[in-house]
Amino acid sequence: MSLVEPETIEELVARNKELIKEVLEVYPEKTAKRRAKHLGAYEEAKSDCGVKSNVKSIPGVMTIRGCAYAGSKGVVWGPIKDMVHISHGPVGCGQYSWGARRNYYVGATGVDTFGTMQFTSDFQEKDIIFGGDKKLSKLIDEVQALFPLNKGVSIQSECPIGLIGDDIEAVSKAKAKEYDKTIVPVRCEGFRGVSQSLGHHIANDSIRDWVFDKQAGKPARFEPTPYDVAIIGDYNIGGDAWSSRILLEEIGLRVIAQWSGDGTIAELEATPKAKLNILHCYRSMNYISRHMEEKYGIPWVEYNFFGPTKIEESLRKIASQFDDKIKEGAERVIAKYRPLMDAVIAKYRPRLAGKKVMLFVGGLRPRHVIGAYEDLGMEIVGTGYEFGHNDDYQRTTHYVKDGTLIYDDVTGYEFEKFVDKIKPDLVGSGVKEKYIFQKMGVPFRQMHSWDYSGPYHGYDGFAIFARDMDMAINAPVWKLTKAPWAA
Amino acid sequence: MPQNAENVLDHFELFRQPEYKEMFEKKKQFENPTADAELERVCEWTKTKDYRDKNFAREALTINPAKACQPLGAVFAAVGFEATLPFVHGSQGCVAYYRSHFSRHFKEPTSCVSSSMTEDAAVFGGLNNMVDGLANAYNMYKPKMIAVSTTCMAEVIGDDLNAFIKTAKEKGSVPAEFDVTFAHTPAFVGSHVTGYDNVMKGILEHFWDGKAGTAPALERKPNEKINLIGGFDGYTIGNLREIKRVFASMGVEYTILGDASDVWDTPTDGEFRMYDGGTTLEDAANALHAKATISMQQFCTEKTLPYIAGKGQETVALNFPVGVQATDKFLMELARLTGKPISAELAKERGRLVDAIADSNAHIHGKKFAIYGDPDLTLGLAGFLLELGAEPVHILSTNGGKAWAAKVQELFDSSPFGANCHVYPNKDLWHMRSLLFTEPVDFLIGNTYGKYLERDTGAPLIRIGFPIFDRHHHHRYPVWGYQGALNVLVWILDKIFDEMDHSTNEVGKTDYSFDIIR
Repeated sequence: MSLVEPETIEELVARNKELIKEVLEVYPEKTAKRRAKHLGAYEEAKSDCGVKSNVKSIPGVMTIRGCAYAGSKGVVWGPIKDMVHISHGPVGCGQYSWGARRNYYVGATGVDTFGTMQFTSDFQEKDIIFGGDKKLSKLIDEVQALFPLNKGVSIQSECPIGLIGDDIEAVSKAKAKEYDKTIVPVRCEGFRGVSQSLGHHIANDSIRDWVFDKQAGKPARFEPTPYDVAIIGDYNIGGDAWSSRILLEEIGLRVIAQWSGDGTIAELEATPKAKLNILHCYRSMNYISRHMEEKYGIPWVEYNFFGPTKIEESLRKIASQFDDKIKEGAERVIAKYRPLMDAVIAKYRPRLAGKKVMLFVGGLRPRHVIGAYEDLGMEIVGTGYEFGHNDDYQRTTHYVKDGTLIYDDVTGYEFEKFVDKIKPDLVGSGVKEKYIFQKMGVPFRQMHSWDYSGPYHGYDGFAIFARDMDMAINAPVWKLTKAPWAA
Repeated sequence: MPQNAENVLDHFELFRQPEYKEMFEKKKQFENPTADAELERVCEWTKTKDYRDKNFAREALTINPAKACQPLGAVFAAVGFEATLPFVHGSQGCVAYYRSHFSRHFKEPTSCVSSSMTEDAAVFGGLNNMVDGLANAYNMYKPKMIAVSTTCMAEVIGDDLNAFIKTAKEKGSVPAEFDVTFAHTPAFVGSHVTGYDNVMKGILEHFWDGKAGTAPALERKPNEKINLIGGFDGYTIGNLREIKRVFASMGVEYTILGDASDVWDTPTDGEFRMYDGGTTLEDAANALHAKATISMQQFCTEKTLPYIAGKGQETVALNFPVGVQATDKFLMELARLTGKPISAELAKERGRLVDAIADSNAHIHGKKFAIYGDPDLTLGLAGFLLELGAEPVHILSTNGGKAWAAKVQELFDSSPFGANCHVYPNKDLWHMRSLLFTEPVDFLIGNTYGKYLERDTGAPLIRIGFPIFDRHHHHRYPVWGYQGALNVLVWILDKIFDEMDHSTNEVGKTDYSFDIIR
């Protein structure tokens, strides 16, 4: 098929429809029918992106998705730094997720902090046959003996736990009583649900049931102020929560908790005392935010700290929940950073303006980073979620332009074909995708780990974001991919 | 304001600025931190003999293991065959993990699909997932072969791969004659090296024993070829290329069984090659007729080699040969099996390696090393260190058991430099931490995760092993053959010299010993 560079919206929509039709041709009929519902082009004024989401991935297609364990241990619980998180089951899950997510923290690792350690019950055949509860019980004793400064333990269930009928809740209750510590059983077996997403939900619920409920009636460890807020849904990847927190404090708020990047159990416990929960990753932590709203009457606002346009909007939105002191603080901070932002944009926009970007990420990023790209004059031509729900696609409509290609739970085949035909100037996705597109000669940034850079949140982060996108797109290597003697 | 457009500060510098330091202090008051004195006390206690005893008394808890699960090794073995798509039957998250893990090490894509089993499959079994999955994978990715392995989920519920694949073929998922191999690879048995073994054996069985009852079993007609199995090896790119060069140098006809050296090292030239190189399916079948099979890693082929021997081939098992004598043994076995002399070219390379060791060994002699990693790798490296006059005082493996420990002890006993050395089977890196505190060494050899040990204990880390995530491209260099040993020698020496310089570079204090010639 010949692809003309679309000039009008009609041409763009027609081109994207043609493209979708073409990729679907590879599938057996049944699969083509199912995948067709996940691919589309956004039509302006519609309430969502017109794609189906949060349903099972199709066997054999090379989905990019992970599992519930990844959503709980890897995302929600893992960053709580003063707890020991047990990967309960065989060795692999904990091994592959060990230290890979760059949830930055400070602390004495191995003494009072455990973020970059791999604790596992390393299940053997006998544990599968006879059950693992006794082992788990002994294991918790050993944790207490070797890591007396731990503030709690979470049990992150791997697939076999739910299949062999272990009662990790009973073990957790008994041991929590024995040691007077928080011990949280999490039923995040990898086969549950369709992606990481259910793992987020299960992990949120386990905080509700095993952390909050236990705290009922206990006083706060600090004097409350009218300006107490909690950062929810920031995993401090490359320090993101820090470059966000600094702005919130600068406008006059007091951050009493970080969920969960660089977080502690004390911060989780204190959060019901917050005046406002501010939610970055809606997908992974809307559940607990809603719960706190219902149970403790804490309102929550979503915000977006990628790129100056969205940061300004978000600071004003957050400040609008408070008195004039905070509102003035927000204006002061916006004004303070504007020269920096102007300088960053002046430096990088000329090098990036007009460049086309395709995204495929998880959580909030398939929409949240769009503003930051647009601040640099770049254009998002395609985006999609690894494990988004329809409410994510609804929120995405505020970010994408008419005709944008949308692909939910994209398969390896589809993504490669889309990029091959659309030929974007940059792809932003994960490590499994990175090398595929680079080999095709397309510049790439990992948008889960920030490609080992970051932070990207906040004003400080935007400067790094701009620098990194420039270095990806304008790297001299992309001019070397074709040998000069080849036609 | 710490940030500026001219000189953008990222995480390395940004968080060291006063604004952030102040913020960290403020955050601390919400963290309910341990008092400094208590923290210090516990921190020091973790370095003691008392702590070590408690640590070694662990029975249930594993901390920072140096092993992965069977299914990872399964994928490693499968991608070494021509246009072969690994298909992992079970939960889909596992496959995302294997792909990421390999990509972080090799800086390459790893193509692999999952049958995406969820709760309903846990109840009813994963037959439909297999039927649909094979059809989709076959149509989308046009492999020449699909190698099925399992995650622990499919193993716990007891899915029968052989029956499922038969049914899938009957239902037309893939053509009846299309090669679908299978191996059960439960994550709760053995480690990644076991998974490698099971899949390698499964693929050979498929071709040699009549394709799961769908074709006549092959009859062995011995020829003069040599099969070589590399095993699960983080240096597979460099190593297999080096082995091919060695074979060519001696004029040996060979088949490498499981050759991932191309698919994990494809060029950036505008085209993504999902498949590249690999053992052809024809060669995999004809490997039955070979005169002999050499396994470079005994513990990666514990089932495969006896299976091959059972077909009438001679088999030779090595333990990740590194260094002069281990390479000598490899080449002499090759010469014995083929009747071909070791080439003058290789003899000269041997001499050059010995020359390099003679030049440099004074800097290594008597130095104490700790090594951890896979069973064969640790044996190979320990052997080389003994040759260099170093003392590999702690040899630790999480997936090495009693049989491995006995081999290591045998190695210690063969050299005066092994006299004060100890082997630690089925132990993890938290055990190693205690060893390094209570019986310090000069250098530590291990994978990327050793950097936590280096930070805690001060033992300088020489990165050799798998995975290596935080240094680039070493996997492109061989560590086998005389040339490979030279690389290992240089990596060890580089670290030794760097440490010498770092410990003597304070002007006005240690100006002496900061030598320009070493």
